[in-house]
Amino acid sequence: MANRKASRAVDIAPRSLAEVRTETVECDLLIIGGGNAGCFVATEAKRLDPSLRVVIMEKAEIMRSGACSAGMDALNTYIPEGKTPEDLVRWSRAQVGGGPLREDLALSNAEELNEAIDDLERWGLPILRDADGKIRYRGKWDISIHGEQLKPIMAEKAIEAGAEVYNRVAGTGLLMDGGRCVGATGLGVRDGAFHVFRAKSVVVSTGGAGTLYKSYTADSTDSGAQIWMCPYCVGSGYAMGFRQGAELSSLEQRWVATRTKDFCGPVDTISVGYKAPIINCKDERVMSRYAHLGGDAAPRFIRANAPMEEWLAGRGPCYCDTRNMAPELVQAMMTDYLNERPSFVLFLASRGQDVTKEAIEIYGSDPYIMGGHTMGGFWVDMQRMTTVPGLFAAGETAGGNPNKFVGGCAAEGKLAARGAIAYMAAGLEKPDEAAVSAQVESEKARVFAPLLRGKDYDGVTPTEMKERLQRLMDEYAGGSSQFYRTNEERLDYALRHIKMLQSQFAYLKAADLHDLMQANETMDRVDVAEAVVHHLKARRETRWAGWQTRSDYPGRDDANFDCFVETRRDPVTGEVTAFTRPYEQLVPGDRFKA
Amino acid sequence: MPPRILTEKCNGCEGLPESRCEEACPGNLMVVDAATGKARCRCTRDCWDCMSCTKACPRAAIETRIPYQLGYHKASLRPIMGKDHITWKCVDIHGVETTYKYRNRLAAAPAIRTGKGV
Repeated sequence: MANRKASRAVDIAPRSLAEVRTETVECDLLIIGGGNAGCFVATEAKRLDPSLRVVIMEKAEIMRSGACSAGMDALNTYIPEGKTPEDLVRWSRAQVGGGPLREDLALSNAEELNEAIDDLERWGLPILRDADGKIRYRGKWDISIHGEQLKPIMAEKAIEAGAEVYNRVAGTGLLMDGGRCVGATGLGVRDGAFHVFRAKSVVVSTGGAGTLYKSYTADSTDSGAQIWMCPYCVGSGYAMGFRQGAELSSLEQRWVATRTKDFCGPVDTISVGYKAPIINCKDERVMSRYAHLGGDAAPRFIRANAPMEEWLAGRGPCYCDTRNMAPELVQAMMTDYLNERPSFVLFLASRGQDVTKEAIEIYGSDPYIMGGHTMGGFWVDMQRMTTVPGLFAAGETAGGNPNKFVGGCAAEGKLAARGAIAYMAAGLEKPDEAAVSAQVESEKARVFAPLLRGKDYDGVTPTEMKERLQRLMDEYAGGSSQFYRTNEERLDYALRHIKMLQSQFAYLKAADLHDLMQANETMDRVDVAEAVVHHLKARRETRWAGWQTRSDYPGRDDANFDCFVETRRDPVTGEVTAFTRPYEQLVPGDRFKA
Repeated sequence: MPPRILTEKCNGCEGLPESRCEEACPGNLMVVDAATGKARCRCTRDCWDCMSCTKACPRAAIETRIPYQLGYHKASLRPIMGKDHITWKCVDIHGVETTYKYRNRLAAAPAIRTGKGV
């Protein structure tokens, strides 16, 4: 076991590629991203076969990396006594407006779910129980935890299981051998080395993609990253696979959620956990307008979009009405926030706000691509293998199966580990060494180019290009400033400018290794954004208003779009094509009801 | 702006291969300045306010601040890390102090307790 610590940042200014060190590691299973899903891939793989060499390539430091780095206050799904995995799939289906969704994936995940959460409790995660020792449910499926230590608990277990963690190595690309994945490369953001991981199988679990769209909190503030999703999950895993031809599914089903205003913090904590109703400026209960769709239990995208519709209709601002909460409930709610997003408690304190006197304001978030919440991610088979042999995906990075959340991402980590082990057991041919070496050299040149140009080069900084993209996506591809709406012409505009950004990668410059990581992240963002726009263009209907709103096709079109929208990028030409795959209902019942 | 380094307390984790805040930050934003020997945030604009650095600092030398455009001057939230508890002390802009204390780790098997992996 080893958690290979990074060093302090070094200053390097290589004058040529020859000065950049290449470090190669051979392993059986490579996990890109040691987050929620990645840690479970590692523990499961080592449990099944302790002789496997399992390596995690981690962009940050595994104890506090990714979306769980700040902590967690709830596990949104844990199947209660008397309910079945099929019931959970029915609920998940109804939450996404009847689907389509991958019921095969959803069901297999649901069958693993409780065991994965039981693991977490055995490992030391406090799950709140009542006086009789029964798990305390917050809503129908979600349970409360004191998850401040959730991330270190998962990370410690992955290391204890025997995984080797390479910290501060940011994944940049996949190594391929005749169409199958045989490893990946990474940028050492502290040591300045180019890291090559040769593997028999690879699981990509880099989380979702935040920061593709501008957040309204970035306007005229010193805060460019005050978003709900972890801003360091930028979609690099999607980009790496997409560039090599792996098929992406359902990216148009973006995750947009009602969040606290001016500090993009969680709202389910208040509205679900403490039954604080959503009201508008006239003190009217907003969800009563949606009684025919389930009211407070309406599908998630309806609840997400409802406060924004109030704003549009001139009835904003909207609030979670906390004014009648008892003091002990306020204490419990603040504790929940301290577990998940502690700085929200600081935010309220910096507004001098007593929530029993002044309700908590809410607003829509910027859109994210997150296969653990909504459905955008790689198309995978039951083994969680993408359409590229040898490349598996788990958690937010795997698509088709919404409402996974922490427990589901953990469960899927296990499934991906089993899939990868079965793939390796089938026997693999040795890769063509010359072809792999050539890829290593060309990828190294691509990754380090901005640093070789240097800070004095008359070019473009990573931040400039990121912010250009974020404005473009916000205004043309349905961001929060546009109340999530877009149309064919705006999407075409976005695509034209994305093409221009791609052609300007050649002007990116970096002053140091951190900057170089950001340059590579920005290129990843642009490539993922291109896929998102193609998905939004291809779904010529409005199925999940807010998550996906086409002002030129305002209605649902079941005849043509009760199916999955997919994209694939040609690894040679870079051309993106969109197509559909059929939906199959496996769990019987009314698709719109849980 | 987040995070704020209290330079009179920070010693850059002298002697350690990596400072605690550099190690903790999921965004690779913390760095110890070679000239001053003190930690600094490379770019406060890129901070998520996750407070990982603030929790990790052994000298309580980091404060998280909400950007002024979003929250007023000055409130504080201080985590105090125990073995299996965390205590938070929050002071709002009117000087009202609230303390929260709760368990963040179950009394787990010894194998888990020693599973620091470092």
